[in-house]
Amino acid sequence: MTTDTTTPAGAVPGTATGPAPVTGAGTALETLTIAKAINRALADELAADEKVLLMGEDIGSLGGVYRVTEGLKARFGADRVVDSPLAESGIIGTSIGLALRGYRPVAEIQFDGFVFPGFNQITTQLAKMHARTRGAATVPVTIRIPYGGGIGSIEHHSESPEALFAHTAGLRVITPSNAHDAYWMTRQGIRSQDPVIIFEPKRRYWLKGEVDVSADGHRGVSAFQAQVVREGTDATIAAWGPLVPVALAAANAAAEDGRSIEVIDLRSLSPVDFDALQASVEKTGRMVVTHEAPTFGGLGGEIAARLMERSFLHLEAPILRVGGFHLPYPPSRVEEQYLPDLDRILDAVDRTFAY
Amino acid sequence: MHHTPTSPAPATELPEGAVRLLDADGTLHEDARFTPYLADLTGDTLQRMYRLMATERRVDQEGTSLQRQGQLALWVPAVGQEGAQAGALTALREDDWIFPTYREHLFALGRGVTPGQLLALFRGVAHAGWAAEDHRMQPYTLVLAAQALHATGYAWGISRDQAGWDAERRRAEGQVVLACYGDGASSEGDIHESMVFAASYDLPVVFFCQNNQWAISVPAATQTRVPLAKRAAGYGFEGVTVDGNDPLAMHAVTAWAAEQARTGAGPVLIEAHTFRGGAHTTADDPTKYRTRAEEEAWAAVDPLARLEAHLRATGAAGPDPDRFFADVAAEGEELARRTREAVLAMTGDAVAPLDTVFETVYAEAHPLVAEELAWHRQWQAGFADTEAEGDRS
Repeated sequence: MTTDTTTPAGAVPGTATGPAPVTGAGTALETLTIAKAINRALADELAADEKVLLMGEDIGSLGGVYRVTEGLKARFGADRVVDSPLAESGIIGTSIGLALRGYRPVAEIQFDGFVFPGFNQITTQLAKMHARTRGAATVPVTIRIPYGGGIGSIEHHSESPEALFAHTAGLRVITPSNAHDAYWMTRQGIRSQDPVIIFEPKRRYWLKGEVDVSADGHRGVSAFQAQVVREGTDATIAAWGPLVPVALAAANAAAEDGRSIEVIDLRSLSPVDFDALQASVEKTGRMVVTHEAPTFGGLGGEIAARLMERSFLHLEAPILRVGGFHLPYPPSRVEEQYLPDLDRILDAVDRTFAY
Repeated sequence: MHHTPTSPAPATELPEGAVRLLDADGTLHEDARFTPYLADLTGDTLQRMYRLMATERRVDQEGTSLQRQGQLALWVPAVGQEGAQAGALTALREDDWIFPTYREHLFALGRGVTPGQLLALFRGVAHAGWAAEDHRMQPYTLVLAAQALHATGYAWGISRDQAGWDAERRRAEGQVVLACYGDGASSEGDIHESMVFAASYDLPVVFFCQNNQWAISVPAATQTRVPLAKRAAGYGFEGVTVDGNDPLAMHAVTAWAAEQARTGAGPVLIEAHTFRGGAHTTADDPTKYRTRAEEEAWAAVDPLARLEAHLRATGAAGPDPDRFFADVAAEGEELARRTREAVLAMTGDAVAPLDTVFETVYAEAHPLVAEELAWHRQWQAGFADTEAEGDRS
């Protein structure tokens, strides 16, 4: 449970913390949905490290309410894919104890809105354990949380609480937007020595994409880095998780108006890759940040403030935010008016050109 | 409307079925079920038990003095609960784990934590004064009941590590976890969830509830309408209420409970019926909510006096009991002196700088923390330059 070695941020399987890299192995592309890519990542980590175990409500025989863990109990046994009691604080709190004993628990919280019974254990205990023991204890607990709206669901099933966790020192927060990233970021998150919260964009679970599952398929990219997913020169849209496809669609629409839009997928929300954002905004001079969570007190504001400090003289316009309103998540019949969409993002892009 | 404090009837009387082996006058009773667990109690162990209790009480008093003199931010007296802790500690094995709340001073000192390490938290120089692995005792936890889930998870890890062990090996090498909490924390949801998990997976955890009758100003009757040990039945395991001021009963019942957990029979709940003799913390004022009569009733069943009477009556204090008790008192004075010395030494360069918090918030590099640490160091260095200039002028 103790470590005095400091590994680089986001050490990836096959590099700092993983097995020796297989060089020249080439690519091994498989077309998977995001859900299947996560399933594959969990299976590969269960197979690679006997200390890894999965815990959560209904993740065993049922395979989880989104079937992300389907088949894993049959393959690895009920001791390693544990159907837990229905108690989120218990899931997180016992995961901390297991980690103190040398295990590497991967806990599933069934829905975003149900993490709060475990919020105390995450923020007052899990996040602080390494610092309060002056580095003696490491608690490599991974918490997977399906998040976000747009699925027509009922109350507490569509929320985006990522800022609450990114705000808490000691936690890492990541969120993939495509199948390849979902596979590698899940594996990298599990291997981190820090507590990692993975927000999974539930409305994109069925989005298919090519996943390079070869040993060095991560291509040296850490889960804690942003990626430019579309290059452009006139303005930048920064997004994460479920809104990355919307941002890309907005960029494509803007291209029809002759505007070249760069899209950055943040991927990591703690740490935020400010260097990547700075490089982009200093190139384009304009930025729109979009997230489903309410804008007030959200990560968009933090990104805008930091880039103001870093890149003020490069900005052609204020950095604008497109996000949720300061409301409880609304009933799903009206959620389309709440969620950032292509038109609201394009409107913000237009406004950055009006200065 | 103004109420003068009116405590409920002093609860020195034990709940029905509670285990007491040693009367207040030091007389030992036979108990068919638990007396066999006193078999390992040699004269040396009895002397150690008393020594732990008496020296901890002296350190405890020094903690209060140090706080009153402005040397500690806060102190949490454990006076009155020494018997419960000494009995339990001597019944555990050295490699059993303790997950404390924040009033387990005797456990800490008994496990080799130094007074300086124990008081570092209250001095404000560290959140955790000792390395858990060195003492098989986790740091104090201030968010009540959170540690019970950590204890349960840790016990789950032990259970997984010991999968496939036969009964003989479990008895010889198995580890158990003591999950400490109190009557106040018993109302927290984490205690409930801990007991659900521990029962569902038959985990080797002993829930150790020190019912000291008061959660700051709220009496135990507000937390529960039944003896807390009875709650165990609702989870499907056994609970036992013990006279927490009887160190021998505490030893026997803890030894039994640890054996149950160690050999795979699952969790057990022990409720130590005791009394918080002092204030909740040095910031508390018990005169606002409880009576002098209640405090006096409990002082009459003080665990130290009871064990002293037993040691004198049985000859376990050696051929010259007065000498033994005088020696222990002198050890207490010496430990109190070292406590004061260690606390006063935790100042200036002996206090770990803020840099160490930056360096330990994450196990792996985090660019935001690195950026803020660089800024912080530069800012601090600026003051050093100013001071140097001041020196030159």
